[in-house]
Amino acid sequence: MMNVEEIQNKLQLETVAGEKGLNKQVSGGYCGDLLSDVMANAEPGSLWFTIQAHQNIVAVAVLRELAGIVLVNGRTPDDDTKAKAEEEGIPILISPSPAYHLAGRLYELGIGRIEE
Amino acid sequence: MSPWAIVEKSLERGLDIIALCDHNSAENVGAAMRAGSQKGICVLPGMEINSSEEVHTLALFETELQALKMQELIYNHLKGTNRPELFGDQVVANEFDEVEGFNDRLLIGATRLELDRVVKEVHRLGGLAIASHVDRPSFSILGQLGFIPPDMALDGLELSPHLSPEAAKMTLPEVGGFTLVTFSDAHFLKDIGQCTTSFMLEAPSIAEIRMALREESGRKVLGH
Repeated sequence: MMNVEEIQNKLQLETVAGEKGLNKQVSGGYCGDLLSDVMANAEPGSLWFTIQAHQNIVAVAVLRELAGIVLVNGRTPDDDTKAKAEEEGIPILISPSPAYHLAGRLYELGIGRIEE
Repeated sequence: MSPWAIVEKSLERGLDIIALCDHNSAENVGAAMRAGSQKGICVLPGMEINSSEEVHTLALFETELQALKMQELIYNHLKGTNRPELFGDQVVANEFDEVEGFNDRLLIGATRLELDRVVKEVHRLGGLAIASHVDRPSFSILGQLGFIPPDMALDGLELSPHLSPEAAKMTLPEVGGFTLVTFSDAHFLKDIGQCTTSFMLEAPSIAEIRMALREESGRKVLGH
């Protein structure tokens, strides 16, 4: 298992808020842009890949006990989002890459693999 | 925001018509309408409905009964329990500004109703369906779908306070052909009246506003 900081380094992500949560363990990943879908399906300990940058993503991450949020496609969080992330200790990272590539690389690292 | 406070602030800001549009719920509209009629301001009952695609639509009705019927449909298609520590308290108040209770449903959630169905049901009940804040990247028809489906019978498109209709016509070609409106979208008292739309109407009613949005019989949108 790796923590968010190690994944930040391996996937060349940049942390923009919630640094104090960088030691959270990552047990899986989730890709999704509909909050209702993430709230229903994301597993605790997952790193969430999304384009949604508004502050509600932090509430969802807290609700589902996610390890952190990665904003893909070069999206950046709103100021409200960053403030909430600091408050809740949820790391927010950014990347210019699309979700598919980042999730693929996370999976290749052995994170959240399904048992064959 | 209590019913009285909303009505008082609206009067202070010189508004003639307001619509109360809570997320996925109309439990506060009755109290607001009664407060409004006592103070001489028209309060229209409405809701901001979150479709399964997470597109927000403003539903505006003539009567409380119509709004409550829509609410029943919404509640039947909405799962989840609120977490006040994350999403805030969902207060139900009466016209004496007394807290009657808290709404336990996850009102910030998305219904299982697709946008097309939301619009049809609002129309079936006699209401107006206006796409919310189409210029915003989240929870808007353009943000979620990327385009406006050609056969979607929306009565109008709302712009957020951040974009003027003139600028919207230049930067968002998709909005051509629709009547544009802007409203406060106030989540706090201080924001009431920050944006308004003026209509030429014979009376403050949904029937009149519908005609104005279609520019029928002399009714029309005068400005923003």
